[in-house]
Amino acid sequence: MRLEYFEMIDSVRLLDRAAGRIEALARVPDASPVFEGHFPGYPLVPGVLLTETMAQASGYLVLAHLDFALMPFLMAVDKARFRSFVGPGAELIVAASLVHDGSGYAVTKASIRHGDKALADAELRFRTMPFPAELDGLMRARAREIGLTGASGPGDASAGPAR
Amino acid sequence: MSEPQNGSTATFERVADIIAETADIPREKITPESHAIDDLGIDSLAFLDIAFAVDKAFGIKLPLERWTQEVNEGKVPAEEYFVLKNLCARIDALVAEKAAKA
Repeated sequence: MRLEYFEMIDSVRLLDRAAGRIEALARVPDASPVFEGHFPGYPLVPGVLLTETMAQASGYLVLAHLDFALMPFLMAVDKARFRSFVGPGAELIVAASLVHDGSGYAVTKASIRHGDKALADAELRFRTMPFPAELDGLMRARAREIGLTGASGPGDASAGPAR
Repeated sequence: MSEPQNGSTATFERVADIIAETADIPREKITPESHAIDDLGIDSLAFLDIAFAVDKAFGIKLPLERWTQEVNEGKVPAEEYFVLKNLCARIDALVAEKAAKA
């Protein structure tokens, strides 16, 4: 994770398109400016960033489901729960499932856990819109970096398997 | 495109309940003649919340993207989709279409 750059997902370890499910890995950095304020001497990942982490895993799932035809933008967070503190160095498993593929929107349930311990969960809704021209290439490139299959553009065979 | 019939009373009651709960609008304000945007003040975000609840309740997928495109291109007046009696008629049609395919 690079908290300051909002790069929350390190790698995709499972993508099941048929089941509409993704699992990703995210390691909280040992140090970050975020921890200087949240909190001084008692570093914790803020709940909003855990929400963002679940949203990004969900977003990559929706992107894969839609074959990168549309870009998901977070529009609603329901039932968010932060069940335990998350501090520097934590190894997180971020999971998301597609609950509903609507017309112009998508709904997911997402969670974060460490081993078997539940850390956070939420229901998320996304508006799905045509890609802004500036984002298409960037999103595909980032998706390839984290091992999301299907992230390659036309004629690009560089996408690797999900890790 | 064929002219939609008015939606069934049962469909309207269910949709009105969904709108009241989802958009926090007094139930008595919601009538079959209500325009979701002009009369009830439902914004696009709230309308997507309502669409999700309707999709779940009726087991359908409201084709919002197509509707929006048709309205934006001036092919269909917005009232055809956003006046509740018309919306309910389209929901009934989608439910019937799904049942016919099953």
